[in-house]
Amino acid sequence: MMTIKIAFRNILRNRRRSSMTLLAIAIGAIGVMLFGEFVRFVTAGLETGAVDKVGHLTVFRTGYFAFGAGNPAEYGIDDYARVIELIRRDPTLAPRLNVVTPIVSLAGIAGNFELDASKTFLGTGVVPSDRDRLARWDEHGVNRRLILADSGLRDDEEGRGVVGVGLARVLGLCGPLRIADCPARPSAPAAPGAALESGLAGLAQAERAPATGGPGPALPRLDLLAATAGGAPNVVGLSVSGAERQGARELDDNFVAMHIALAQKLVYGRTTPKATGIIVQLQHTRELPLARQRLRALFAEHHLDLEVRDFAELQPFYTQAVGMFRAIFLFIALIMGVIVLFTVVNTMGMSVMERTTEIGSARAMGVRRASIRRLFVAEGAMLGAIGATVGAALAQTIAAVVNHAGMSWTPPGQATAVPLEILTTGSGDLLVRVWVGLVVAATLAALIPASRGARLPVVDALRHV
Amino acid sequence: MPTSPLLDGSPVVRFEQVTKTYSDDGVQVEAVRGVSFSIAPRRFNVIVGPSGSGKTTLLNLIGCIDRPTTGKLEVCGQDVAALSDDQLTDFRARNVAFVFQTFNLFPVLTAYENVEYPLLLLGTSAAERRARATAMLEAVGLTPYGHHRPNQLSGGQKQRVAIARALVKRPALVLADEPTANLDSRTGAEVIALMRRVQDQQAVSFVFSTHDPQLMSHADETFAIRDGRLAGVAP
Repeated sequence: MMTIKIAFRNILRNRRRSSMTLLAIAIGAIGVMLFGEFVRFVTAGLETGAVDKVGHLTVFRTGYFAFGAGNPAEYGIDDYARVIELIRRDPTLAPRLNVVTPIVSLAGIAGNFELDASKTFLGTGVVPSDRDRLARWDEHGVNRRLILADSGLRDDEEGRGVVGVGLARVLGLCGPLRIADCPARPSAPAAPGAALESGLAGLAQAERAPATGGPGPALPRLDLLAATAGGAPNVVGLSVSGAERQGARELDDNFVAMHIALAQKLVYGRTTPKATGIIVQLQHTRELPLARQRLRALFAEHHLDLEVRDFAELQPFYTQAVGMFRAIFLFIALIMGVIVLFTVVNTMGMSVMERTTEIGSARAMGVRRASIRRLFVAEGAMLGAIGATVGAALAQTIAAVVNHAGMSWTPPGQATAVPLEILTTGSGDLLVRVWVGLVVAATLAALIPASRGARLPVVDALRHV
Repeated sequence: MPTSPLLDGSPVVRFEQVTKTYSDDGVQVEAVRGVSFSIAPRRFNVIVGPSGSGKTTLLNLIGCIDRPTTGKLEVCGQDVAALSDDQLTDFRARNVAFVFQTFNLFPVLTAYENVEYPLLLLGTSAAERRARATAMLEAVGLTPYGHHRPNQLSGGQKQRVAIARALVKRPALVLADEPTANLDSRTGAEVIALMRRVQDQQAVSFVFSTHDPQLMSHADETFAIRDGRLAGVAP
């Protein structure tokens, strides 16, 4: 107790020096805590951005992940409805599930043959209502300030779909879809009648007549061409109800989302429809390992030739971006730690030098070396604790100001700006780690001059001027 | 290991052919040269000699804050060479007290806390610490100043606090290196009178190094040192 009392009074003794040291520690704490909370926000945003599109886990036919993109018909899941039921009814998984939904991934050519424009596309067939529910997942609250726009897809309208803004631009849909910041296509280089001469346009023309389920003539229309399971070309009509900006230009220029029935019609024709994957979205990301383990066990029990991939595997950008932000965080934390270390070493070194005679007097009176060391280490730890506490309080204040300032930014991999936030909720663990880290750094820093002071011969210490 | 003042009349300090050599920038300096003498207990002893004669070195050796290079030194019956650093530190905590020329009070502690501090090192109970520290402050006439920090006290008051701090643990031996050097003659005389009084009351051994004739006049025994050797002993 006396050690603590003396240590505290010694901190107050040279107030200016102690204040500068505390300021350095507090600034270190503010920097690391704020950036750590920002990284948490970015990570949560990236996770949400991935999970609200592809779920936490996706079930594929074994081999699809490696080879199936080139042959979705071959690697489709035959009885996907039964697999979905199996998952939904599993007592371990059921309470943890948010959405379980089939998808069909495909590639082909999208054409606006009235303008004689065509473009390859990467499409996904979805259950529209399930897609909407997937998009509402927001475990970390990063999208709470966003208002989700109408997805443009309807369960009861198989012919509707949405495209990427880039694809809409290439195919001349910016005007009809009234897309902001999307330049209109220059006048067509060839006469409209010329398109009818091509075989592809002929197929489209043939498909257009019997198309059913369309929303009406107000929506612009695209024709989608793909190869069926049998290898024959197949065409379906798509009424484009809107355009969605995608994070990357490559995706934006190729993206098409449609009703799963339309995608199945395009890929599987008149054969039995399949799904290329089953998306499993959980309520909480922390349950991902358990769910994956259970899915594997379930498939093994029922002899199903299926594999499970998580969102990080499907979206490598997530892992890369999170890794990059964490590396930057560690780098900043390391720099701050070193600054704190050297500041405290300097402060305590000066303190030891100034108090050398006191050290000698205490040793002469019967204070052991270890007690001298303990006193200076306690001072260092106290400086660290006070500085880190002040820093934590200031960091939370600054975070609150930033969160209410209405700032926005465009995260990596996203096309639109989102509200900038410093994620303070649930960051207790981070704050504790940073606080403990700074206190440990300050304590270790004090140990060096403390040991030097404790090792001084008593006679030399008493003679010190 | 003796832990209390010697009561049987045997010497409180005994030097046997003690030398102390320092290395000063690579040059060996012999500060004490084969000194042999004893200091009787419960006496007011003074070590005198010109500057550089080895007085302070002798006090440091007696106070167990330095060790002889050769020879044997016993303090309170204990051969100090046989003790480890921690053992020697604990030995000092129990048996030896210092009164420094520059007072050396802890500036962050009050006068009362400075006096109480040696008792904390001995693990004395809180109640006994309070009783002894209060009594000691009263004995040196500083009861009203107990809550003052050293920078709020005069030189004489500081030295009285230092004397109270030295005596509160009831040591066998009190060492003082020029204790009146930083005081005016009147205050010095008061401090000497105070030390003499408490030395009588507590039957403790005092050893001073000094140039102060006032202090020398109070000595029961005077040891004259010259060039690191004992030049004479006067009762």
